[in-house]
Amino acid sequence: METLLEATNVRRSFPRPGGEELLVLDGVNVTLKEGEIVGLLGRSGSGKSTFLRLIAGLAKPQGGRLDYLGQPIDGPASGIAMVFQSFALFPWLTVLENVQLGLEALSLPEKEIRTRAIEAIDLIGLDGYESAYPRELSGGMRQRVGFARALVVHPNILLMDEPFSALDVLTAENLRTDLIELWQHKKLPIKSILLVTHNIEEAVQMCDRALLFSSNPGRVTTEIKIDLPHPRDRADPHFEDYVDRIYVEMTSRKIERQRNQQQTGVLPDAPITRISTSTLSGLIEALAAPQYGGKADLPDIASDLQLEVDELFPITEALQMLRLGDMEGGDIKLTHMGKLFAESETNVRKAIFQRTLVANVPFAAHIRKILDERTNHTAPRRRFIDELEDKFTEDAADETLRAITSWGRFAELFSYDAESETFSLENPT
Amino acid sequence: MKILPPVSIETRRLLPRSWDLLAGIFVLGTIIFCAEASREVIQPLASLAHNPVSLDPANLPNYAFRTALRMLVAMVFSLIFTLTYATWAAKSKRASIILIPLLDILQSVPILGFISVTVVFFLSLAPGKVLGAEIAAVFAIFTSQAWNMAFSFYQSLRTVPVELTEAGKMFGLTGWGRFWRIEVPFGLPPLVWNMMMSMSGGWFFVTLSEAISVGHTSIVLPGIGSYIAAAIEAKSLTSIFWAIGAMLVVILIFDQLLFRPLIAWADRFRIDSEPSDEEPESWALTMFRRSQLLDWLSSPFDRMMRWSYRLRPLELASAKNAKPSKLMDGVFYTVLVALGGYIIWKIAAFAGAAFSLHEVVDASLRGLATFARVVILIALASLIWTPIGIYVGLRPHLAQVIQPIAQFLAAFPANLVFPVAVSVIVVWNLNPDIWLSPLMVLGTQWYILFNVIAGASALPRELKDAASNFQVRGWLWWKKVGIPAVMPYYVTGAITASGGSWNAAVNAEVAVWGSKTLHAYGLGAYIFDATGVGDFHKIVVGVFVMSFYVVILNRLFWRPLYWYAERKFRLA
Repeated sequence: METLLEATNVRRSFPRPGGEELLVLDGVNVTLKEGEIVGLLGRSGSGKSTFLRLIAGLAKPQGGRLDYLGQPIDGPASGIAMVFQSFALFPWLTVLENVQLGLEALSLPEKEIRTRAIEAIDLIGLDGYESAYPRELSGGMRQRVGFARALVVHPNILLMDEPFSALDVLTAENLRTDLIELWQHKKLPIKSILLVTHNIEEAVQMCDRALLFSSNPGRVTTEIKIDLPHPRDRADPHFEDYVDRIYVEMTSRKIERQRNQQQTGVLPDAPITRISTSTLSGLIEALAAPQYGGKADLPDIASDLQLEVDELFPITEALQMLRLGDMEGGDIKLTHMGKLFAESETNVRKAIFQRTLVANVPFAAHIRKILDERTNHTAPRRRFIDELEDKFTEDAADETLRAITSWGRFAELFSYDAESETFSLENPT
Repeated sequence: MKILPPVSIETRRLLPRSWDLLAGIFVLGTIIFCAEASREVIQPLASLAHNPVSLDPANLPNYAFRTALRMLVAMVFSLIFTLTYATWAAKSKRASIILIPLLDILQSVPILGFISVTVVFFLSLAPGKVLGAEIAAVFAIFTSQAWNMAFSFYQSLRTVPVELTEAGKMFGLTGWGRFWRIEVPFGLPPLVWNMMMSMSGGWFFVTLSEAISVGHTSIVLPGIGSYIAAAIEAKSLTSIFWAIGAMLVVILIFDQLLFRPLIAWADRFRIDSEPSDEEPESWALTMFRRSQLLDWLSSPFDRMMRWSYRLRPLELASAKNAKPSKLMDGVFYTVLVALGGYIIWKIAAFAGAAFSLHEVVDASLRGLATFARVVILIALASLIWTPIGIYVGLRPHLAQVIQPIAQFLAAFPANLVFPVAVSVIVVWNLNPDIWLSPLMVLGTQWYILFNVIAGASALPRELKDAASNFQVRGWLWWKKVGIPAVMPYYVTGAITASGGSWNAAVNAEVAVWGSKTLHAYGLGAYIFDATGVGDFHKIVVGVFVMSFYVVILNRLFWRPLYWYAERKFRLA
């Protein structure tokens, strides 16, 4: 089979104010061959969408090679079309005009533009809606227009950036099966699909290969071949095996990295994501519920809380950081402190939270220490954000301080006045 | 590890913070300046004649302060007008029937029309004192500020989310409490933007409002506007530059001390839950927030407001259940019709005395000339500024540089360009009917640029990506992506620009430089000249015809275009 796309050691970073660089992609290697659907799986913020934009020619890599049909990609190529997460339809153009737009840019004869557009509209199941405006359509129908617009240019590669994530569950499922069916019957005028998703089940359902993306910086860590005949059944034990395997693969790496890190000084080793204390309490309570007894399978607890697994990751991370929970394989379990927290009422919870926050997040203890030392027991936010910015980018420092502030407030470790941007030990009156 | 004591250490200090020093300087300075100014306004009117406006730049700081103070006072009155008039219109169905069209017409009346009709009345309020003249000037500035602010607030009041109102009712807020805690905060962000535009409008007419000359009544109040007028009379280019410099400084101070803090503060009242990409910041707001002095000064007022929310007049509670009665409707409309009839009868009597058909036809023809100018110039300005605005709007860094410059240019009075315009027209022997026209859009064209920049920067990244992914470029891009995307914004800007240009015609169709005066054939010059000789009948005819043109143009062209653009091109 012909190689359509070859990415070798692709690197991409973004400049940050203050001259630093944020490395988003580093050493990314991906090959895409004719006749296959490849899924890029990773958590949000792992750089997979950035990678897709590089392939689409919307941005340029800063290192490595990115070849399409043996030629380096230099700007948008006519053989690569993209389907966008939020559809990206032009609201002032009708369905037909939206679909025709890509063909008009190719300066084809008017007659051909028309026939091809109508063909694509029929194929994707939109006949009758040609003269409708996007705002008149439901989300599912809008994304169908997005597909028709991409298919009509007969691209070799169809890029899909989380195309189903803005749709409700049923509509997404419906569109996915339609698409797979057309692909299976070789009715789509394309040679290959590259799908970016954070939904593990979606990847197992659609892809021939799933590439797992790690974050900070993003790179492909594992490749999993999915050898199941279409149409794939979610209830099939093999299907579930694949899903489990990917779950474990995605969580274990994260923990491995965390374990290898040593706490040094008061600054956190990695930026902290802000997770509200009510979310944390919610997860702890769910884990402590009788059916789990303090230990649960990630996919199970995720579906119980009506979350995607990738949405669960930052919460479990926070739980681990605070030593209220711990990971074991694909399972999450409560620590002794976590169990105690679950059983207590609010005031005791605050005390437990304060203790674990001071012990495990040195920067929170640091803020309290500074406030205790100062005669007026106040300190401007700037003082701490400067410290954090020595190590992190501006955004990461901001997010980290917000996380710690929110936790510190819950624990009544200190208080914070957003208006004057001051930390203090003062109870708001 | 021991559990730390809970947070409760009282740390309220009595010693001032460093921010207090800065704030103290501001408060003291303001008090001293205001005392100074109020001492001067009670001087007899004759004192103005003894101390004519001098072109010595050393006087400029004082003049600049007087002008700034007038603008601020006018702004306070504009705010009071906005909060009452717009609220009344929004709350009472009956009132809105008459108030909203009235606002539309008031907006179209040229500022000179207001001055000429009211100046004698204001002078009579404080006979022989400067105060009367000051009131007239403040009123003139008020008429260039108030209308669009009232419109903006009316719009906001009409679109307050039902949930907020209902939540307010559930928490037992009275109508008064809801107004200050829900409706005013909700309308604040757009109101602040309109205040900024109003300020620019005030600058544009600064000469007209300070150097008032209606027939035999001629008053020159010390200020930047009068300074400009004197500079034009004396043909002093240096003084013109000094005036531009002083204006720039005052605009900058307003921007730093008033508008930037207001924008930053009003940002918290935005109702959309998405955080803005860049929160507006202001050092002055930081100062106000950190300083305890200002806390103390504002706390009695704050307490009074809180106390007033709890007041619950009995009659209001019972009135809530009363349905609008048919009887009251009948009474209301009868009064309205009677009043309307009376006014028409009055106008007819007035017109019968001096209106000749000839006069009306003459004014209408001149109006047609101004109409043609406005249409052509707005079209030209659109052709120039739309592509530039789109180009700039797609580049955020460029937009940040361009926005404040355009804002300053919008405040630039046409008088300041008179020397250049008159010299060029005289030297090249050009036709003033054509070449004076650009002065009309001098200040107003920027509204097109502002709005187009805002529209282009609001284009979502995914749409831009989709366009480049499908290789939409060149003319196809402008036709299918760029121009449609900014359409609703463009129309909003063009409406503002068009309305403003009519108003500016009065200040632009007659250009004076020393003894040389150039006239263009048009309604603006007609009103300007009628004011100069104090011919009230002509003034009324001119103002009436101009309002008529503006209202017709709005109703038949701009309003439909606006709704079309809103429906078709607005991004969801």
